[in-house]
Amino acid sequence: MSDTVIPYMVKPHPVTGIPNGKFAIWLFLASEVMLFGALFSSYVLIRTGAPHWPPEGGLSSEILDVPKATFNTAVLITSSITMVLAWASCKMKNLPKFKMWMAITIALSFVFLVVKYFEYAHKFELGHTPAHDNFYAIYFTMTGLHGVHIIGGIIVNFYLLTFGSKLWKTDPEHFTNRVENAGLYWHFVDLVWIFLFPSLYLL
Amino acid sequence: MSVDTHAHTNGNGHAHDHGDRGHGGHELPFWKKYIFSVDHKVIGIQYTVTALVFLLFGFCLMMLMRWQLAYPGQPAPALIAKLIGENAMPGGVMAPEFYNQLGAMHGTIMVFLGVVPLAVGGFGNFVMPLQIGAPDMAFPRLNLASYWIFLPGCILMMCGFFVQGGAAQSGWTSYPPLSDIATTGQTVWLLAMVLIITSSLLGSINFIVTIVQMRAKGLTFWRLPFFVHAQLVTSFLLLLAFPPLEAASVLQLMDRVAGTSFFLPSGLVISGEQLKVAGGGSPLLWQHLFWFLAHPEVYVLILPALGIVTEVMANNTRKPIWGYRLLVYSVIFLGFMSFVVWAHHMFMTGMGTTMSTFFQTTTMIISIPSVVIVTCLIMSLYGGNIRFTTPMLFATAFLPMFAIGGLTGLPLGLTASDIYLHDTFYVIGHFHYVVAPGTLFALFAGVYYWYPKATGRQMNPTLGKLHFWCSFVAINFVFMPMFFQGMAGLSRRLYDPTVYMHGRGVQPLNVVISMGAWALGASQIFFIINFFMSLKTGEKVLENPWNATTLEWAAPSPPGHGNFLTEPVVYREPYEYSVPGHATDYSPQFVAEGN
Repeated sequence: MSDTVIPYMVKPHPVTGIPNGKFAIWLFLASEVMLFGALFSSYVLIRTGAPHWPPEGGLSSEILDVPKATFNTAVLITSSITMVLAWASCKMKNLPKFKMWMAITIALSFVFLVVKYFEYAHKFELGHTPAHDNFYAIYFTMTGLHGVHIIGGIIVNFYLLTFGSKLWKTDPEHFTNRVENAGLYWHFVDLVWIFLFPSLYLL
Repeated sequence: MSVDTHAHTNGNGHAHDHGDRGHGGHELPFWKKYIFSVDHKVIGIQYTVTALVFLLFGFCLMMLMRWQLAYPGQPAPALIAKLIGENAMPGGVMAPEFYNQLGAMHGTIMVFLGVVPLAVGGFGNFVMPLQIGAPDMAFPRLNLASYWIFLPGCILMMCGFFVQGGAAQSGWTSYPPLSDIATTGQTVWLLAMVLIITSSLLGSINFIVTIVQMRAKGLTFWRLPFFVHAQLVTSFLLLLAFPPLEAASVLQLMDRVAGTSFFLPSGLVISGEQLKVAGGGSPLLWQHLFWFLAHPEVYVLILPALGIVTEVMANNTRKPIWGYRLLVYSVIFLGFMSFVVWAHHMFMTGMGTTMSTFFQTTTMIISIPSVVIVTCLIMSLYGGNIRFTTPMLFATAFLPMFAIGGLTGLPLGLTASDIYLHDTFYVIGHFHYVVAPGTLFALFAGVYYWYPKATGRQMNPTLGKLHFWCSFVAINFVFMPMFFQGMAGLSRRLYDPTVYMHGRGVQPLNVVISMGAWALGASQIFFIINFFMSLKTGEKVLENPWNATTLEWAAPSPPGHGNFLTEPVVYREPYEYSVPGHATDYSPQFVAEGN
């Protein structure tokens, strides 16, 4: 790359108290809040405009698979905890432990996706595609976009677990910061699910 | 940053020859230096050139449309008809579908592929890090990614013209249900928008982090040039306003690809047949999501322009900007308010008087900081020792043009008058006065002003003045008559303006406008020649040809990799011109007291 030295890549800025990367990730999360905020608002608008919700009758909690989603909620929350432990291991200068916790985090993300796959497959079997009605349209769009964020998180975490961890040898502090930033993102994705679960499945 | 060995006081009068610009002492291969460069200056120039090309292209689409508007149903000149082809122009007469494509793509290209990339991607990238004394952006590789996501987005947008049914033709606003049932071109439009939005999102994060974290020593917020303040507020608007459009684009994509009905109401009948969808959606939802982006977007278009005008004006009036802090407060207030005025685009949707009153009030409030800014700039002219250089001509012309655009907006912000004027040519006249002779003139001022910094050569002043005067006269012939047409009730987006009786009375004005538009097109030839010719033959300059005070003029022209030869330190506020008792009429930010 370039030989230009960018200040505050690793060390925190004296005034803001955080390095560049952490600042950027918070800004990114702010924009993500706007993205999901717009989707939640659309959901509210379409739902309040409908004579009955779900349009085909019944209750959301009967149409959607609440036990599977509850299990998935537990999986995601656990993965957030293991993510914190991965970061804490870096802070304690223990790379093998970091690798273990990070691997568990990634494994849990896959568990989430597999469960989600079975949920989706069941809906499609019944012919409940997004085109069926707006209830399914909202359900698939919002959980789908959330799923894309999970996949994004898996890619980042996988990079940090494998190729990215080379940075540990040269600059452990920088690497730890990266893990922290990935963690911030991962907690956000988790948080979105915490909102999605009750508002789609339970209400 | 490695430092050159020879003594350098950041002053003027040194002739530098940084031919290789490789401070690290190694030469990068061509593709790394100019194509996939991580240097903010190269990326800025890439954005600038791409955006200028698209501005020209978008303007060409409009010049084509102007033929149909001036001479409805008459065959276009044979050469043009042949160039466009039989499909779009059967027998030389423009097909209505093609006219709609031109209209939708003109708007999209000018806003998302032209003005924003030039104002933010181009000038923001090139000038902002220099003005804050940073060696580069905070995330150079992210910057590279922004451009290389943006460019495929642009190319994809152009591909729309070649798919079945042609490009998007539902207007740049893409209102459903029309856009939901439109041809494939609309899907291409949506996919391209997702790429462009993602690119500007990455860019805005980079800008904010850079401005907050990487300012040079001594450069406090109250010492930042106004341009940087404008870029900071713009970046926040891009960061927070674009995601809702991304969400809306995803929803519309779902409607079109997966058969959902987010924007399709129940019982929609098309060509006498009921549409086979689930229904239950809301076309108005799109309008809310779209305008929640697109109103802040208006300020994304204008704020960087205000920044450029302020820089050029301080430099050419040779006095400090009047009310610098007032300008900064106003621009921040504008940024906040721009999020709560969006529904003034929707007065005709029957949203009720309570909502209308709310948005009417916020709209009137947002005009206050805009007027404050214009007033500050006019006050800055007062008593100045004005140099009418080419950039200054464009910057001076910006003021009355922007003022006309702004003031004609007031009747549109009040429901009573908007009901009559909504969707007429009056609206077109209004926002074009803000964006074309407003923002675009400011951007031209920026090109003429910073060209020496980017290339080390001045642009030709004679050609520049010709460019200015011809454009200035022509552009007013284009947009001024539109107010009269609009007040006569002529609707925008009409393929043939003479179909209605009330349109026939103002039809001669359409000929005037078209002549004006073609003359405006011809005037740009001066600019194009000047832009390329000056690369070779322009007068060579040192680091500070305009005797300016801000930090970018401390770096060599063109700046090398890493920008500054010594780490810049800032000693004073940005516009210290004509300080009493000082030997020169400018006291640069980067020169210590007594130098």
